[in-house]
Amino acid sequence: MIDVNTLIGPYPFRHVPHPDPDALVRVLDREKIDGAWVGHLPSAFYRDATPGNASLYAALRPFRDRLRPVPAIRPDWPDWTSALAAARESGAPAVRAYPPQWGLAPGGGAAASLCELAVAAGDAGLALVLTVRFEDLRQRHPMDAAGDLTAATVRALARAGDSVRLVVAAASRDMIEEVHWGLTPDEQRRVFWDISWIWGPPEDHLSKLFRTIGSKRFVFGSQWPLRLSQTPTANLDLLADDVAGEALADVRDICSAA
Amino acid sequence: MSERRASVPSGGDGVGPLIDAHAHFHHAKTGRADWADVNAARFRAGDRIGITYHVASILGTWGFSSPTYFPSPNDVTLGNDAMLELCAREPDRVRMFTTVNPNYTDHACAEIKRCTARGAIGIKLLASRRADDPLLDPIATLAAEHRLPVLHHIWQHRTREWPSQEISDGADLARLAERHPRASFILAHIGGGGDYAHTYAAVRDVPNIFPDLSGSGVDRGMLDAAVETLGAERLLWGSDLTMCTGLAKLRALDVLGLDKDAIEAIRWKNSVRIFRAGSFPRCERASPSARSAAIEEARA
Repeated sequence: MIDVNTLIGPYPFRHVPHPDPDALVRVLDREKIDGAWVGHLPSAFYRDATPGNASLYAALRPFRDRLRPVPAIRPDWPDWTSALAAARESGAPAVRAYPPQWGLAPGGGAAASLCELAVAAGDAGLALVLTVRFEDLRQRHPMDAAGDLTAATVRALARAGDSVRLVVAAASRDMIEEVHWGLTPDEQRRVFWDISWIWGPPEDHLSKLFRTIGSKRFVFGSQWPLRLSQTPTANLDLLADDVAGEALADVRDICSAA
Repeated sequence: MSERRASVPSGGDGVGPLIDAHAHFHHAKTGRADWADVNAARFRAGDRIGITYHVASILGTWGFSSPTYFPSPNDVTLGNDAMLELCAREPDRVRMFTTVNPNYTDHACAEIKRCTARGAIGIKLLASRRADDPLLDPIATLAAEHRLPVLHHIWQHRTREWPSQEISDGADLARLAERHPRASFILAHIGGGGDYAHTYAAVRDVPNIFPDLSGSGVDRGMLDAAVETLGAERLLWGSDLTMCTGLAKLRALDVLGLDKDAIEAIRWKNSVRIFRAGSFPRCERASPSARSAAIEEARA
């Protein structure tokens, strides 16, 4: 099992204990998770993600057998294609982008440059990881005004090209359904959802999504270090009887670099 | 009916009692066609997790014929009747909070007396009136007289008004609790939205407030800070609307470095202590000392 939604580094709006790669490896061991795709949390809030990517590569180097870097790439930044090539050369399975935080979701849609990134990443065999939210809307700091990633942005990116592969982190049931049923079957196959924010029983959103959309559209994700690493496993353990034990997507099926 | 699946690891010693101090059920007049499925899912997940007792309420008609957080007296009664029926049907695993709307003081007090006489063990207050409003005083007085813990819906750090509720935070509840030191107040869902760090500071010095751990929020650091600031003896485990996050928190308690007594306190012994003696016979049989402590505390 691979956790596709982990991060290292501090969060600007509250204290997060030990957001470090060595702590992450210990957590993976404890939770019996084979490895993780790891982003650099502060980069979501940097104007220029380049220094954050350098920090990420350096911090993960001692743990390369378990932790794979997922650098952040701003497609409205000069020479972003070089950053994409560097990601590929560094063994990244995916790249991250933060449309709300970077102003790349005008009017709730997707900027043209963001669509270019999704296609270019896909052409390079890399997935694009998007984050719906870092925190519950109800607890956000007054300066955290970016808002959630919208379903319209995800739909626009999924439609951008055949090669596009999206991993959408921290979505809940409503958004997943709105995107999924708003895409053609071919487009639906370009989108994977992590299970970190989907409700289990008694509402049983995850079970319902497995029945309607299929478990193969979902991947394991925790959003560590912001959220408890135990959450996705607990959710899988509490699936309804008729979908219990259904397998999630194998991350190697997402894209060639995975 | 499918065969019951094995239980899952849920922390602690894996076999001790577990009380969900913040649970909800539905009924046929809540406008949901799947209401019975949702109830069944709670029992199914409860069996998997190892919940000994679901201490639950029904919030009127859950918004169907009056607002969830401002239920009409008729809807309050309807929900309480459904809860009483459920308790009668599931006497070994369900306990009841009487839901009331304090804007209807006479009705609220009558409901508390009616339902307590039929076995309710606590009171549920929503967000129909701010927690420190004098209208809550007669309810808190009844709560103290009858040893009925009051589970109060809380927004962690109220920085503004929110639609559909007259929301309270830890500081608001602290003012009510200080006026009624003989009553116990369960501060709802530290993971239910807002800034729990504000809550811990607001209620730290008010010993008759017991936060529950429920809610969909599973921020790392939330449990650690709760234990560090308030102590394990002030915390109650609960699930509210998301039992998956409840299970995750149970498992997280095991890796916080707490000793067995602290984990047991959060899982069930604190609930046994603050509710009336005899409320949880299956737990009290498991630990006669817990029952003695409850009786002692009642006498005090």
